[in-house]
Parts: sequence; C-alpha cells; structure tokens
Amino acid sequence: MDFRFVYMDYNATTPLRPEVRDLMVRALDIYGNASSLHELGRKARAEIEEARANVADLIGAKESSSVYFTSGGSESNNTVFNTMFLIGRKQARRKIITTAIEHPCVLNAAVHLKEEGFPVVFLPVNRDGLVDMDAYRAELGPDVLLVSVMAANNEIGTIENIGEIARLAKVEGAFVHTDATQAVGKIPVSVEEWNVDYLTLSCHKIYGPKGIGALYVRPKTPIEPLIRGGHQENGVRAGTYNNLGIIGFGEAARLAKAELAEYGQGVGRLRAMLRDLILERIPLVRINGHPVQVLPNTLNISFPGAEGESILLSLDMEGIEVSTGSACASGSLDPSHVLMAIGLGPELAHGSIRFSLGRYTTEEDVRYVAEKLPPIIARLRKMSTVPLEEFAQKIR
Amino acid sequence: MDVFQWLYSDTVKDHFTNPRNVYDPEKDKDFRPDAEGMVGNIKCGDQMMFMLKIEDDIITDVRWKTYGCASAIASTSMLSETIKGMHIRDAYHIKPADIASRLGGLPENKIHCSVLGDKALRAAIDVYLEKKGRAGEFKDEDAQIICKCLNISDKDIEEAVRHGAHDWYTLQEATKIGTVCGSCRARAEELLHEFVHIYG
Repeated sequence: MDFRFVYMDYNATTPLRPEVRDLMVRALDIYGNASSLHELGRKARAEIEEARANVADLIGAKESSSVYFTSGGSESNNTVFNTMFLIGRKQARRKIITTAIEHPCVLNAAVHLKEEGFPVVFLPVNRDGLVDMDAYRAELGPDVLLVSVMAANNEIGTIENIGEIARLAKVEGAFVHTDATQAVGKIPVSVEEWNVDYLTLSCHKIYGPKGIGALYVRPKTPIEPLIRGGHQENGVRAGTYNNLGIIGFGEAARLAKAELAEYGQGVGRLRAMLRDLILERIPLVRINGHPVQVLPNTLNISFPGAEGESILLSLDMEGIEVSTGSACASGSLDPSHVLMAIGLGPELAHGSIRFSLGRYTTEEDVRYVAEKLPPIIARLRKMSTVPLEEFAQKIR
Repeated sequence: MDVFQWLYSDTVKDHFTNPRNVYDPEKDKDFRPDAEGMVGNIKCGDQMMFMLKIEDDIITDVRWKTYGCASAIASTSMLSETIKGMHIRDAYHIKPADIASRLGGLPENKIHCSVLGDKALRAAIDVYLEKKGRAGEFKDEDAQIICKCLNISDKDIEEAVRHGAHDWYTLQEATKIGTVCGSCRARAEELLHEFVHIYG
C-alpha cells in the first residue's frame, strides 16, 4: 500500500472538526465581554449560554447552570480536589478514595492531599482494569469525603461501573467525582443515571478546540473556586469568558451528542477489525483492557520482545501515529502506571502500544496499519535479547 | 539538543532502521564468538548483548542484540561499526560521548539509553580477558576516584553493584564508601543508581 498518514492517537487529542472550525472562525469576531450589560456583551453571553446548554445535554445534566467552564480536564479535576481540601481540613470526614489507574492530574491532586495529611486510598484494579469492588467496599465508611473514579481509562479503555460505585458511596454520604474526559463523546454519559456529584470533561477530546473544558457540579453540592477573581461562572471560576473556546465546545458537544450511536458503531467495527488482523498476523500478543466493557475506539496491545518506543518510532516512519506505555517514551524509567496496575509486569508494559481510533479513521487506515505493523514487530523481535518462548504463558 | 530532532537526524534514523552488525538468528547461526557480554534488565525496559570475535587482541567481528529503544539501537549500531578492527584496549576505553558525537550529539534524557552498548562491550571484553587469564587488565586505567578519603573509584562502585550491592547501605558494606567525611555521597548515589539500572 502507498504511504499514507494515519492518525491513531485520538485519546491524546483529536483534530478540530470542520463544522466546529467554521463556527469558530465566525465566532472570532464575537469580542464582547460576556459579563458586560450592553448589547455586544449580551450577544456573547447568549452564545455562551447556548454552548452551556449543549454541554449539559451531552452529559445528561438537568440544568445547564450546573456546568462550569474551565480551561480543561486538569483544572476541573483540581477544582474538585481543592474543594475537598478546603472542606476536609476542618472536619473528621476527610478520607479520599480514588484508583491506581487515574490520569496523572487526579493522581497528583490526590497525592497532594495525602501530603497535607488526608487519608488517601488508591484502589487496585483487576487484570481487565476494573476497580476491585471488594477492596472498595472494605474502604468505604462514614469517614469518606470523596470517591473519585474515572469513567473510562485513557490507556486501556476499560469502562468502570460508575453507577454502582456512586450508589455505594452515597450510602455512606460521600461525594462522588468522575473524570469522564475519555468517556464523553465515545459512550453514553449521564450524570443523572450515574448519580455523580462532580464530572470532568474536556473539549479537545471531542473534536473541539484545546484550552477549554468543563466541570459539572450537582446543584447544592459544595464547590470552591481554584481561580479567584470576578463573579464569572457564579464565582466558581473567575476570568473573562473564553468566547471562542466555549462556542467551539458547544458545537463539538452538540455534534457529539447527535452522532454518538453512529460513532460508537463505526469506530467499534474498525477497532474489532484492527484487533482481529493483528491477532491473525502477529504471534504472541496480549490485548490489554476489558474484553467487552471497553471504549469502542481504544485498542491497547502488548508485543513482548519488542520495545514500545522502537515500535512507535518505526510506525511513525511509516506515517502511523500511536502512543506507548514504555518508559523510554515517558522520560522516566518506569513504564505506564496503568499497565503495571493491571498486573502486566514491566516486560509486557514496556512493549505496549495504544491505538486510539476516531471519527476520521477509515478501513484503509486499518488495513495499512495491519500491513505495516507485522514486519516492524518481527524485525525488533529478531534483534531482541528477550526469549519469546518465555512470554507464551505470560500473555494469557 | 531536543530529543525529537535527534531521533530524526539522518544518521540516527539510518542506524535505527538499518542497524549494522545486528545478530540475525538465521544468517549468523554459525557465528562463534570468543566472548559474550550482557547487561541491562528487561524490567527496566532495556537489555543489551555483545558478541565478539577477537584475534591477537584485535576485534575482528562483532554482533549484538538488544531489547531497547531507538536511541539504544542507533548508538549500539554506531559503536559496533567503530570497534571493528580495533584493539580491545582501545575499544574498552570508548566513551558513550565518543559514540554520541558520531551520531551528531545526544539529548540529555537519552544518554541513559545509549550507555548500555559500551557497558555490554566492556562486559564481553572482561569475559575474554578472564578466559585468557588476564582478568581486570584494563579495569583501573580510566577509573575516577569518587571517595577521596578511602580512594574508592567509580569502577569499585560498579564492581560492588555487579556483586550484589543495590542500595547505599549494601554499597557501604561492600566498599566502606562515604564512611569518613561523607561528602562523596551525592555523586556516589548517582553512580549507584546508574549501575543498579544497568546490572539490575
């Protein structure tokens, strides 16, 4: 097949949809400060409120006033953890329960609370990446302030049972937060069905612009600003409104909601095709993540004997863009914390590749990857010091 | 230098995609090395093996294998070309920096990946010297004194790690390093960390 450019790193970020882009180009001239009372300000405000309604609709929120715009997922997550810090330092109920496979911004926010003296638990997960519910139940109690579990994992795509996790937390009167950055736009997300108090989402994962995200906060649930200043966003998030980002976010959310079912089917079929072709053409591989309860676009595979960064760069030279759980690519000596948490062991974690497909992935793209990948793995395995036979048992 | 620029320089790319002297299980099944050396640990994400043919202390042929990243592959390929026809003493004293400069420099966070090649090469030469009853012949020629009070070199630390020291206390037990003024501790721990990674 002729050289082609294949982007398979949609979980890292997505391209801007042309429809969103067109709307944003028109919105470039909406310069009014949405806090101003005059006509220009009111016009900007109307656009922002329409966007807010679209975002609320995407996550099944009853009232759009429960959606607060932020600069992105990291800020939304930090706002929740900062709120817990301010509440928890004054009372005995201050235990935080989260998981070992969260995104670094949740992990590091939780570590910070731990350093401040809060009891913090990082729940283990099973081999498929699902939270260990027995461990969870054992940690629950009247001292729990917050339970924060991601809706779907960015590296392996496993979808957690947020509804059940929230139900158990509510029995103890704890607040529930979910980082749904990777779930939104890929699977149905509903703050009402899940009954969560806080939900984080980000715009650039759903084909919108970067630098904009949102935090859902259930009405009458405490929330404290991370950024103090003016009265924007009901005092929850100060700073002049990011008209352009918010308007782009609204449109991306509207489209994501309208096309959710179609997206899931299309991308799910291509994921299955890529998985089957790889299994058919490359011996001794391990598919990571839950076999069914998994994002329709995320395919994480370990190729023992071949090192992840070498695979990534070899693919890149063929025009294929993916990511890896190898340490070498991360700049540290430790492989992916998610792959270690599902019990892979460093030998399999260092040789893992994440293919994340998206709206613009085609069947030709999948065939191209399935053609270019086998010789790359064969070449690296051939020069490898790792005896492959040793992995025959480990990969199951 | 920026790591992305480096990986995509023509020389590095060439050595990564067409590594020289890499061991081929089919073509090289009759390759009979006089000495082999293996360092690194798959647990840490990289491992390297060198196989040498040596006549009258001259390296006549070489093969290598690795489980490693692109930087490790490219620098070892370059190293393997450099040492062919070289006296084992000169090969023993090649520094990672020499190889890096032939590849047009090396970004800071990739130095770690590229030292495995020369460590494996040294390990192979050590094996050869041992076989010939000349163990340790080149060992101290370029040793750097780390602990001035007790005259303990980087080579002594390396040796201790190879024989099982894995943290500051076991290293102290083995070498008595840093037990007088203690001012060498920071540097010694850096080296300790590096060697523990290599010899795991």
